[in-house]
Amino acid sequence: MKLVIERREISSRLFRFSAPLVSIAVALFVAGFLLLAGDINPLAAYQEIIVESLGSRYGLSETLVKTTPLIFAGLGVSLAFRMQIWNIGAEGQLYMGAMGATWVALFSGIQNHWLMLTAMFLAAFMCGGVWAGVAGFLRARWQVNEVIVTLLMNYIAILWIDYLVYGPWKDPRGFNFPYTAVFADTARFAEYFNTRLHSGFFLALACALILFLFIERTIWGYEIKVIGSNPKAAQYAGMQTGMAIFGVLFLSGAIAGLAGFSEVAGLQHRLQHGISPGYGYTAIIIAWLAKRSAIGVVIVSFLLGVLFVGGESLQLTWQLPVAFVYAFQGLILFFLLASDFFIIYRPRLIRR
Amino acid sequence: MFDTLEILLDATVRAGTPILFATLGAIINERAGIINLGIEGLMLIGALAGFAATHYSGSLLVGILVAFVATYIAGAIHALITVQLRGNQIVSGLALTMFGIGVTALFGKGMVGLTIDGFERIAIPGLSSIPVIGRPFFNQDILIYLSFLLVYLIWFFFYRTRWGLAVRTIGENPAAADTSGLSVSRYRFLAVTIGSGLVGIGGAYLSLASTPMWIENMSGGRGWIAVALVIFAGWSSPRALLGAYLFGGLTALQLRFQAMGTTISAHILQMLPYFFTILVLVVSTIRLQKGAGQQPEALGLPYDREDRK
Amino acid sequence: MLQIENIRKTFPGVVALDAVSFSVKEGEIHTLLGENGAGKSTLMNVLTGLYHPDRGSIRLAGEEVHFTSPRDSLSRGIGMVHQHFMLVPAHSVFENILLALDGVPNFFKRREWKAKIQALIDEFQLDLDLDTPVWKLSIGAQQWIELIKLLMRDCRLLILDEPTAVLTPQEANRLFDVLRRLKEQGKSIIFISHKMREVMAISDRVTILKKGRSIDTLARGEFDEARLASLMIGHDRIPEWQKNLQMSDEIVLTIDNLSVRNDRGLADLDKFNLTLKKGEILGIAGVAGNGQKALAEVLTGLRNATQGRILARGEDITNSNARRSYIAGIAHIPEDLKAIGIAPDMSVDENLIMKSFKNGAFRTWIFQDKRAIRRNAEEKIEQFAIKSGPDGTPVRYLSGGNIQKVIIARELSEEPSVLVALYPTRGLDIGSAEYVHKVIADGADQGMSTILIAEDLDELLKLSDRIAVMFRGRLIGYADPRSTTREEIGLMMSGENRNAGSAA
Repeated sequence: MKLVIERREISSRLFRFSAPLVSIAVALFVAGFLLLAGDINPLAAYQEIIVESLGSRYGLSETLVKTTPLIFAGLGVSLAFRMQIWNIGAEGQLYMGAMGATWVALFSGIQNHWLMLTAMFLAAFMCGGVWAGVAGFLRARWQVNEVIVTLLMNYIAILWIDYLVYGPWKDPRGFNFPYTAVFADTARFAEYFNTRLHSGFFLALACALILFLFIERTIWGYEIKVIGSNPKAAQYAGMQTGMAIFGVLFLSGAIAGLAGFSEVAGLQHRLQHGISPGYGYTAIIIAWLAKRSAIGVVIVSFLLGVLFVGGESLQLTWQLPVAFVYAFQGLILFFLLASDFFIIYRPRLIRR
Repeated sequence: MFDTLEILLDATVRAGTPILFATLGAIINERAGIINLGIEGLMLIGALAGFAATHYSGSLLVGILVAFVATYIAGAIHALITVQLRGNQIVSGLALTMFGIGVTALFGKGMVGLTIDGFERIAIPGLSSIPVIGRPFFNQDILIYLSFLLVYLIWFFFYRTRWGLAVRTIGENPAAADTSGLSVSRYRFLAVTIGSGLVGIGGAYLSLASTPMWIENMSGGRGWIAVALVIFAGWSSPRALLGAYLFGGLTALQLRFQAMGTTISAHILQMLPYFFTILVLVVSTIRLQKGAGQQPEALGLPYDREDRK
Repeated sequence: MLQIENIRKTFPGVVALDAVSFSVKEGEIHTLLGENGAGKSTLMNVLTGLYHPDRGSIRLAGEEVHFTSPRDSLSRGIGMVHQHFMLVPAHSVFENILLALDGVPNFFKRREWKAKIQALIDEFQLDLDLDTPVWKLSIGAQQWIELIKLLMRDCRLLILDEPTAVLTPQEANRLFDVLRRLKEQGKSIIFISHKMREVMAISDRVTILKKGRSIDTLARGEFDEARLASLMIGHDRIPEWQKNLQMSDEIVLTIDNLSVRNDRGLADLDKFNLTLKKGEILGIAGVAGNGQKALAEVLTGLRNATQGRILARGEDITNSNARRSYIAGIAHIPEDLKAIGIAPDMSVDENLIMKSFKNGAFRTWIFQDKRAIRRNAEEKIEQFAIKSGPDGTPVRYLSGGNIQKVIIARELSEEPSVLVALYPTRGLDIGSAEYVHKVIADGADQGMSTILIAEDLDELLKLSDRIAVMFRGRLIGYADPRSTTREEIGLMMSGENRNAGSAA
């Protein structure tokens, strides 16, 4: 007998729909053993995650707070995915977006609330966009691998923000802490229900809706889909693929940049060292799990928001390193990739 | 003047060696047609495994072996997903990096602050007293000599052995190897795992030789630099040596600047390697298109025999 | 020596082989005859262990075998020259052959193995340099490498899948001589073809395959061309068309000294010249890889010329973008459907508007008019009889003939004055191929001019008003299909021109 692998006649629907959930479940199971090895009772830890993130009104609001930047960054990455472009740099774009918004908030001198927020929005949009646009330009002009460029630019962006908050932008009255002065009220989002939930969340939902319409209904979305499906056909049909690659990466980075805007305007009210615990990297998982759908991005972002809130809580009670969230995310991806296989293929035994 | 140059060169080789191991490992992966973006995570796993094993066994050799085995196994996850299960190589590699960062943070918690005795220098009689290049190249630790040897061995393997020819063929056109009766998946699997093992030794170099201790996330992007260097190296091991020392030199210079008490912010100086990597990547990509060196044709593509064109 | 019984093999949504049985004797040349899509290649991939049959048995010298990989079949002495060559272009001839051999030690002695391979090359008097990288060789030479790979392994059963498609008639004769010699040495050969002339010339026995079934096996003496053709095509309805000579003297397209260089800096097109008249079907003959693809790509805007001009009714359209060339009335039917013709993940509706999605008819401001797009698709599906499956089915799930219809529908909808057809019938069954011919012939009646690039001389001779022959990116000359011979065109295809410009 010998095992051979064959394509399925039709891809298995059962597997296709259950795959993301099953992968998360299996990842939880395996991560449990890792936690055990790290001297942490996994059941207690999982219970704590659920209770902390969903068990109370406050917990839920915190989860939505964490969901907010994930939606922005996830939308950005997933837009690029539509065209088979890999934007691994959402983290850096978030930082640059936060920088743009902060610059406006601190130094523009705008007094009007709405004018201020609009200016911050635009600044974050442009900064994130330009940051990703560099990779877009390099890819469009010389086919430089955008995965490596966007990723390396994360390191540069984070170091650049560190330079600012440790150096020229440091709050003179901040006791030498690495952050800028606090924003004036004009540069802050409204908060709701006596929690930290802020307008950024609703902006993120609106963004998801607009992006959905953009992709599914406009001629530009059509172009993106054609290029993503077959760049050569697109080129033959007269589409400017180079321009589209640049444009999509720019837009992708711009949306990720809004995550930074939302974080500084809604939550932190200043720019500081380490403003993101890796939202930009999680965004890659979100985009992959959501399988190209903007609505899917919102749902998956919420699920991973739970993980972030729970992770922070575990950090406090069990001294679990924050980075453990990464290990968990890595596991989810592994199992998702593995389950994809069974959607397309089936193993079969052959007599010999 | 010569002294300064000698010290700089010495620092260059020492800073370049972990990147060299990682680049060599990545080259072996990509030669078989598999992109491995897990290099960064693998380096961390190698660094922690090597450090922990050395700490508990007291033997650096055991540390190196454990680092190799641990990353061999971690690489096997990537191999299983990309080769056997034909999963997306980019996503699987990113997942491996995330997994590596997270797992080492968890298990490395208890290792922070511990120390070990690092590698000693072994002077090669005669050669080590050559001015300027003697100390940097012939009075180094055993891993650096191993890296020299590997550069040659990998070249020899690819261009002078049948297995090497098979791996190169599989990276170019797996169907050609398959119809000649070679097992594409077996070669690819081994290329990924053995390549990953080498990356692990590069990681272990960080925690056993560069700074004999464990620091969370101590690879600090070197894995990504290695991924970019593969393109600079044109998938050839001798050029990988050149590329790795280029970056070693940059790091050495940067540290020297800081030691001299420059007014330039440390943050700005730390950006240089990343900035420079992007620059090198752009230049090598353009060179590549002009016909210098060649990317394996099947790089990044899963092989499915029944995938009808 | 080989017996195949009742083999069945399905792919997602397709029954490629239904019930196939035939046998091969020692020392015979056995032809598998069938039109494209009849399952010949699939059957051979089953025989070499690349695919696993769902059902049926293979017996070798009386013993039942189950091949799960080419390693198994090779070890039993079965080797195949695939239609898409299994070579690494970047590697040398030596490396390509060496890899395919059994019993080469890991640390092999270069000189020794080179000598062994060279001996075989000399035996068959082939002109192959072992150190040349394969990409520098002609397609014909690459096929010899494939054959040598199998001969070095001492295969007893050789399978050749449409080997003459890439050869000039003279080269094909050379190949047949070698095959006959191998037969005399006692080797068995399975020869796959759909060209009647070759089948008649070389076969000892012929098995006819149709729609995944083996219809009949006939021995030499029992078959003639008419018999084989009727068995191969059966009662299928073939679209009928008629060619009228519509050519006027008005020149619609002039290609003047056009050169196109590729990534490696070599000239794919080298000072190429051509004129095309209104209503003309101009066939382009040549061995594949002599610049045909570059010609199609530069005309349709996928590549730019490095030198020379393209004139549309006197207007210079060189290097304008694809849309621009479309407006100038150049459309093409791409060679590799999935490579350049369609967006495989998108629906028929969306593929049909690929070139016209910006037209006012299909959008309001930046929003697509889904209803208009759907209406357009319904029209086209009806007009061109496209079997498109349920609404929204991605085009990748359509059959080759229907994908080709989608492309034709899209390309013809703007009524172009010039159509570039690059291998438009490659891989299509006879019905679909004839449909394409009908579209081209009908187009000529309407005044459309066609540049028809094909590798099948019979197709070119049947359809063309004039035939231009390409060799190494150059125009060798024109031939008149009514008076030329296959031999004459064959010679021109290998670069010789005895009567330059006689029909121009």
